[in-house]
Amino acid sequence: MITDFLLSRHEKKTLIVAALILAAAILVPLANLLTPVGSILHVPDHLVPLMGKYLCYALLALALDLVWGYCGILSLGHGAFFALGGYAMGMYLMRQIGARGVYANPLLPDFMVFLNWKELPWYWTGFDQFWFAALMVLLVPGLLAFVFGWFAFRSRVTGVYLSIITQAMTYALLLAFFRNEMGFGGNNGLTDFKDILGANIQAPETRAALFASTALMLALALIFASAVVRSKYGKVLIGVRDAESRTRFLGYRVENMKLFIFTVSAMMAGIAGALYVPQVGIINPGEFAPANSIEVVIWTAVGGRGTLIGPIIGAILVNFGKSIFTAAFPEFWLFALGALFIATTLFLPKGIVGTVMQGAKNRAERQKAVAAEKGRAVSPAPATVGTPEPQAAE
Amino acid sequence: MDAKITNSILYLDNVSVSFDGFRALNALSFVVEPGELRAIIGPNGAGKTTMMDIITGKTRPDQGEVYFDGAVDLTRKDEAEIAQLGIGRKFQKPTVFESHTVWDNLELALNRKRGVFSTLFYRLTAEDKARIEEILATVRLTARKDDYAANLSHGQKQWLEIGMLLAQEPKLLLVDEPVAGMTDAETSETALLLKDIAKTRSVVVVEHDMGFIRDLGVKVTCLAEGSVLAEGSIDFVSNDPKVIENYLGR
Ligand SMILES: Nc1ncnc2c1ncn2[C@@H]1O[C@H](COP(=O)(O)OP(=O)(O)OP(=O)(O)O)[C@@H](O)[C@H]1O
Ligand SMILES: [Mg+2]
Repeated sequence: MITDFLLSRHEKKTLIVAALILAAAILVPLANLLTPVGSILHVPDHLVPLMGKYLCYALLALALDLVWGYCGILSLGHGAFFALGGYAMGMYLMRQIGARGVYANPLLPDFMVFLNWKELPWYWTGFDQFWFAALMVLLVPGLLAFVFGWFAFRSRVTGVYLSIITQAMTYALLLAFFRNEMGFGGNNGLTDFKDILGANIQAPETRAALFASTALMLALALIFASAVVRSKYGKVLIGVRDAESRTRFLGYRVENMKLFIFTVSAMMAGIAGALYVPQVGIINPGEFAPANSIEVVIWTAVGGRGTLIGPIIGAILVNFGKSIFTAAFPEFWLFALGALFIATTLFLPKGIVGTVMQGAKNRAERQKAVAAEKGRAVSPAPATVGTPEPQAAE
Repeated sequence: MDAKITNSILYLDNVSVSFDGFRALNALSFVVEPGELRAIIGPNGAGKTTMMDIITGKTRPDQGEVYFDGAVDLTRKDEAEIAQLGIGRKFQKPTVFESHTVWDNLELALNRKRGVFSTLFYRLTAEDKARIEEILATVRLTARKDDYAANLSHGQKQWLEIGMLLAQEPKLLLVDEPVAGMTDAETSETALLLKDIAKTRSVVVVEHDMGFIRDLGVKVTCLAEGSVLAEGSIDFVSNDPKVIENYLGR
């Protein structure tokens, strides 16, 4: 049933993008490891984790789009799920350092030695095992989303109010993780990682493998998301987005519908965070900053919300732009981002992908109409043209 | 409590509800029999839509009893539960899923399991396909089945919404102003359609269009200021001096 579910009913463009991502998963590592440094095909070492980072962001944006683009839940707290996944992975990586830390304590990470702690807090138990950490990458964000969503959706908190409490959630976590007593490295977070699954985390081969894993995960997530949104459940989600009360009066439990996608989306965000941390080498409370979550919304809007490819393209483009822009004018990036968001809202309300798709559709309709005029088409042209606007998430 | 409280499909007794001190329904009592088609008229603000909100679980009454199908107490249930019990509702403002095709609108409305996993793994069966095609024919939208609902005319949206109600296979249909924005021809077709639907289930229709109400030719209830003003045949009700004063004469 599961494979049947995953293999069915994909749009061609989804499959093409998934194939492109898979191609990148193979070609980028090859071009990095097997080509000589001077070659035009060579991908320099420093670009591999950078591109890996973009793909993590793309996965995060895809996760957000499932709730925002398809179900109308404007979460301004997805950065929190990303960061929690990142911390779970960071804890595993910390435990791999072993006695190689500055204080050479075989049991405790450096920051705990520094705080004069004598033993590992209970909630660090198990994180020396990769499988356990991987499980927590899914469970912790998933559980938080489930509990949060259970209360929010049952009490029918929607629209701006929901967005505000998601911001409050990530902000509260930001403050909590800043505290040293929490046992997550406080302000400095978790860093100085050495190995992952026994491989040196700095080695080009490891970085190539991390890139390939990220790309593979993104491609899988895209196929999964496509199977979800094209199922009847996905159609119900769009129904909730556009006419929530109609969905209720048809007998659907809107709160359960929302809760499921919100939880799944948080888990996807957690995976993105877990892949991000070994590639950037650090996780700190800054990842919980409310502004981070807002940036994800901007990438998604720029790429085109309510399309699956849009958030991926948006995340990659905007972050590529950010890398270039911040190198030239670091202090103006936030203004540029704000301007980009306003410009998108005003001129490209459907985002890049949404606009391109609309253009293609209109052209097809026009051709059909022209053909009909010439008396060649058998089917009558429809009275009106174009796809409907998704209603704004109020 | 008695297992069977009433023999009616819908039974409202002494129902009141206030919004910020304004009494939208005032000790309203109202009964619909199984298989009945009932028309409701009344001036703007009489509480017609509010009554439907109460029946479908959108609004909770301050007092009074609401029973469906004999003994099911509707005041303790929410919208989804009530819909699953078999009450379908057409809104005053046509509400369809604009970014879905006509076909998908009907598929979503179909009376099938509505849980997360049932919908996630749902496959269109031959039976469901046949049912949707049948409804498409009934509401005359077969030619437009692949068009987005947003691109339908106002009247067609009203019909699609009625089609969605049929797909739900309810025992009771609440239809709020179905012919608003329709041409005369569409209006009389809608009257025929509703009469046809009422052969197999109970229907409550709210409408301002008196010609349409006459076409229906059924028992009429006139509401005003949140309670029943008069009830009976259309001729009886429209000759009632209170009805003329409150509604028809204005
Ligand atoms: N949720 C609400 N909050 C406040 N007031 C409400 C609410 N719902 C209805 N009302 C008020 O209750 C009264 C009855 O409204 P209702 O919509 O039931 O009238 P109606 O008979 O359907 O009228 P119309 O023919 O115009 O549709 C109106 O004065 C309306 O403003
Ligand atoms: Mg009304």
